[in-house]
Amino acid sequence: MLVKLAINGEKHQADVEPRLLLVHMIREVLRLTVTHIGCDTTHCGACTILMDGRPVKSCTVFAVQAQGKELMTVEGLEQNGKLHPLQEGFMAEHGLQCGYCTPGMLMTSYAFLKKHPSPTEDDIRWAISGNLCRCTGYVNIVKAVQHAAVKLAGGA
Amino acid sequence: MIPAAFDYHAPTTIGEATALLTRLGDDAKVLSGGQSLIPLMKLRLASPAHVVDINGIPGLAYIREGEGFLRIGALTRESELEESELIRTRYPLLHDTSKVIADPVVRNLATVGGNLAHADPANDHPATMLASGAEVVAVGPKGERRIPIASFFTGPFATSLRPDEILTEIRIPLPAARSRGAYLKLERKVGDFATAAVAAQLTLDAGGRCEEVGIGLTNVGLTPIKAAKAEAALKGKNPDEATIKRAAELAAEASEPSADLRGSVEYKKDLVRVLTARALRKAVERAQGVTTRA
Repeated sequence: MLVKLAINGEKHQADVEPRLLLVHMIREVLRLTVTHIGCDTTHCGACTILMDGRPVKSCTVFAVQAQGKELMTVEGLEQNGKLHPLQEGFMAEHGLQCGYCTPGMLMTSYAFLKKHPSPTEDDIRWAISGNLCRCTGYVNIVKAVQHAAVKLAGGA
Repeated sequence: MIPAAFDYHAPTTIGEATALLTRLGDDAKVLSGGQSLIPLMKLRLASPAHVVDINGIPGLAYIREGEGFLRIGALTRESELEESELIRTRYPLLHDTSKVIADPVVRNLATVGGNLAHADPANDHPATMLASGAEVVAVGPKGERRIPIASFFTGPFATSLRPDEILTEIRIPLPAARSRGAYLKLERKVGDFATAAVAAQLTLDAGGRCEEVGIGLTNVGLTPIKAAKAEAALKGKNPDEATIKRAAELAAEASEPSADLRGSVEYKKDLVRVLTARALRKAVERAQGVTTRA
C-alpha cells in the first residue's frame, strides 16, 4: 500500500505492507535512524515522534495510519546547523547517559514546551512519565528541559 | 515484534465501516486508538485477517453537553478528555480517570470508545462509566441502538456489541446540582494497569442524603464490577463515616480479584475497601462544595 507523508517538512512516500510499524518505516525504509526502537511494547517511549504535533509512540502505530500526516523526528530539531535549545539543554545539563531514551525524551519535551512554556518541575516529570530512562538520569533530564524552557523564553 | 499480515481498510463514513464489518464478520477488528489492539497484534494474541481503521471517519471526536447528556464521541482521545475544561469543572470523576490511564504519550492516541469496546477488566473507563450510569451508542447496518453500560460488559474482553456494530458515542446523564465523583487508582508505576481502582459518583439531595450512588471497580474480576450492594447501602442515607465504611466493606465483598505480581487476593480485596472509602469521601466533599450548576 502506498503511504505518502511528510517528515520534518519533507515529503516521502513508500509502498509498504499494512502490518509495517511506523517506526520501522521511519528507520528502515526512509533511513531516518535517530528515532530509536526500545521496548517495542508501548512502554518506554524511545520511539516517540510527533504526528500532527502530538507525541505518539511510533512502535504502536501502523505506517499506513500515517497516510497524509505531518511527522516530526529529532532530525527536524536542528535548524540551519544550530541545535535546538532542548538539544543544547541535554548537552549542557548532561541530560543523557547511554542516550537510548534521548530521542523520545526530546520529542515529548518539544511538544510539551510548546503547550507549557514555563513549566514547574512537577509538570515536566508528569510530561515525561511515559518515557523511561533506564540509566534513571531523570534529575538531569528535568534540568535539561528547564534549561530549554528558559532559553526559549528568551532568557540567558 | 511483527504482527501477522492483514488487509487494511480505511472507511471514511460510518455506513462504509458497518458495511465492511457486515461483510467481514469475525475476521475483522476495528482499529481506534490502537494502543491495546496493536500491542496484542504484535504479541500475536490477536491476528485479525482484516483491520478496519475508523480514524478517518470525521465527526466522531467531540465532548459536549446536549439532550440531557454529556456526549463523548468514541474517537475522542484520552488527552482531549484530560485537557477539557468542561470535564475538569463538571465531571471530576472522568477527569481523575483520564489522568491515570496508561501514560501521557499513549493518551494522545488512546480513545474513550476504544477503552470501553476493548472491555479489558483492567481498563479504567469501564468502572468510571458504571459509576456514572452511562450508556453507549452502537451503530450497525440496521441503525442505531443505545446500550446501558451495566449490560455492556458480558465477559473478559467481551461486550454486547455485535460484530457489525461500531461504538460511536458515550452518554452520561447531566449531573444534578450536587453530584460529583472521584476515581482512585493504585498502580505500581505510570503506565501499569491498576492493582485495583475504584470509581464513585454521588448525588446529594437537599438534606445531604445520597440520592444517587454509583460505584465501579477496576481490575478485580473477570469483568468490570458494579458494586450494587455497596451502592444500595448508601442510597437514601447520610454519607457519614459509618455508612461509608459499611459501603466500602460491601464493595470489597463484591470484588473477585485473582492473585498476581501486583498482590494477593486478600491484599487486593482490602485495597478495594480502602480505595472505596477514600473515593466516597472525596466524592462527598466535592458534591458538598458544589452550590450552583457551574
